[in-house]
Amino acid sequence: MFSLDLLRDAIVFGLLVGCFYAAVSIGLSVAFGLLDVPHIAHPAFLVLGSYCTYVLNQHGWDPIVAGIVLMPAFLLLGMMVYRFYYETFEKRGTEAGVRGLAFFFGVVFIIEVGLVLVFGVDQRLVEADYIGTSLTLGDMRLPLRLIVAFAVALVLTIGLSLYLSKTFTGRAIKAVAQDEAALRLMGANPVRIKQWAFGIATAVTALAGALLIIVGPVEPTMDRVYIGRTFCVVVLAGLGSMSGTLVAGLILGVSESIVLTLLGASWAPAVAFGLLLIMLGIRPQGLFGR
Amino acid sequence: MSDAIKGLLHVAGRMLGALLITCVLAGAAAAQQPPIKIGMSMPQTGTLGGGGQAALLALRIWVEDVNNKGGLLGRKIDFIVYDDQTNPALTPGIYTKLLDVDKVDLIIAPYGTVPTAPIMPLVKQRGLLLMGNFSFQVNRTVKHDMWFNNSPWNDAASWSDGFFEAGQKLGAKTIAFLAADQEFAQNLVNGARELAHKAGLTTVYNQNYPPTTVDFSSMIRAVRAAKPDLVFVMSYPNDSVAIVRAVNEIGVGDSVKLFGGGMVGLQFTPNMVSLGKSLNGIVNYNSYVPGMKYPGIEEFLARYAKRAAEAKVDPLGFYLPPFNYAIGQMLEQAITATKSLDHKVLADYLRKNEMKTIVGPIRFRADGEWATPRVVQAQFRGVVDKNLDQFRKPGKQVVLYPEPYKTGDVIAPFEKARK
Repeated sequence: MFSLDLLRDAIVFGLLVGCFYAAVSIGLSVAFGLLDVPHIAHPAFLVLGSYCTYVLNQHGWDPIVAGIVLMPAFLLLGMMVYRFYYETFEKRGTEAGVRGLAFFFGVVFIIEVGLVLVFGVDQRLVEADYIGTSLTLGDMRLPLRLIVAFAVALVLTIGLSLYLSKTFTGRAIKAVAQDEAALRLMGANPVRIKQWAFGIATAVTALAGALLIIVGPVEPTMDRVYIGRTFCVVVLAGLGSMSGTLVAGLILGVSESIVLTLLGASWAPAVAFGLLLIMLGIRPQGLFGR
Repeated sequence: MSDAIKGLLHVAGRMLGALLITCVLAGAAAAQQPPIKIGMSMPQTGTLGGGGQAALLALRIWVEDVNNKGGLLGRKIDFIVYDDQTNPALTPGIYTKLLDVDKVDLIIAPYGTVPTAPIMPLVKQRGLLLMGNFSFQVNRTVKHDMWFNNSPWNDAASWSDGFFEAGQKLGAKTIAFLAADQEFAQNLVNGARELAHKAGLTTVYNQNYPPTTVDFSSMIRAVRAAKPDLVFVMSYPNDSVAIVRAVNEIGVGDSVKLFGGGMVGLQFTPNMVSLGKSLNGIVNYNSYVPGMKYPGIEEFLARYAKRAAEAKVDPLGFYLPPFNYAIGQMLEQAITATKSLDHKVLADYLRKNEMKTIVGPIRFRADGEWATPRVVQAQFRGVVDKNLDQFRKPGKQVVLYPEPYKTGDVIAPFEKARK
């Protein structure tokens, strides 16, 4: 069943969801794309952010405000996690990547089990005026939660992109990704810069986690749903490209939505990995990678 | 004292001593009897984790009840449980371990169709009795003759009849299907499609979605565009909550008379409380709602509620816990009557006798499903936000089907019922 109305709606919904995909992937773009850290615990940090948002929401906080307030705490958490990872794995040699994977697997399990012990396994939802209502434009009804997530994701992605390109520390983070030895010769401490960058990547997951629980219900093992999508967006974008992450998220969101609406939802999961395979075949460095 | 009397007393003393020793030895032997090991995997995390933990609590209550009475056949029960994380890939390994390493005497299936389906070939190959746990049609193709399901349904019609009957009374001509792309939902939707075809309903939208779907807005928009009279949804808990939310935001249109059918998760108290008034109007299946009378169920639910508060699981436990306690009751009844742990003997007893449980009497068909199904189709009405206690009493879920338990007529169309 094809109609132009449905195609239009699919594109609009795809853009909204795609921007959300970019927001949940952008922290990984910094950690994995720029710092080369095999951060498979990234989606678990997202879920942790969702649960922290849930707790504050239970006390009357707006989920977005809660996500912003949580960012400094997540910054510190990220810095501590990176320091531990650096001291125990990265510092010790070239096999750090493989051993780092085991470390982050461990972090995933600790977060999942911790959340189960504290909150149980039931799904959690947050409440806000923009959840459960929609904006009517002609015959189209757009869920306000998706519009809010879209706007916040856009601000987050553009903000992080500007920070990395316009500030001294941001440029240092990009520099450490390109040539760590050269940065050391310039008198900067690459470990401290990477620690700060990992902290920022984790801080971003607090706000992205708030968006996650705004968009839908969350349970402790929800991270498993997002691990494939987030890595796909980051690789599709080109490692470390913030604007690329936004574009890749939008491409993924729109493609999934069109396939879901016009071909069948069963094909939607194949979109992410299909796009990834095509991209790796014709442009291995990703859309915006160098 | 004469020698004769002395001799008699001596003999009597020896006999008493021997009797005492015999009693002590017999007691010690009984005390040393190895426990009866019952094993299972249960989804304690993942999408079925909420229901699984509540179901597990009910089984633990049964084990405690039996052990407090001295056990079965003079042996205590040792209950061994592993978390399968709602991951069907894990269950064959878990059950192999239960059988070959833990050496369990009896097994109970995990809650749900998806985790159970992969262990069916294993139990058939080994000729084991398997007590089913809210699975749907997992034995349809395997045809294992030692399978006994605790769920109040048998085939697809038993699940969906109430929904279609209500739809036909409303003069429905068209239908939309929305189903998760996994074992349970596909089994159900295939049966529901046949029923729709027999009822002369035209399918105007037919969508299977992957379990990893994040947002359902696009699908609900497409359902709305198709203008169906009935919308039959078969979803797992995470999806059900997201679908209800999307329906609340997008709307399914004025054409829809009935919405719901097979949405798993809308029976779980935390979800009902979270969704609140968004539930109003939905007609969905259930196993038990307040007001249905079975001997012993209210006493069980009162005991369960106290324990559930401590265990932080579903505080009301209407959906799964009574039926899981019933699994224990059926095993207890069969073991006590046959004085055996032999799987074939127990299966034979279960097949031939009516079981007395807190969810009413159960008699099994040849395929191990209920001979007389009792799936409830109920419509949510007058539900308000953030109120757990409202669900304790009858009225918030009005029973439309089956007839003996009916408490009201359906309100339609769906948009009207939502108000």
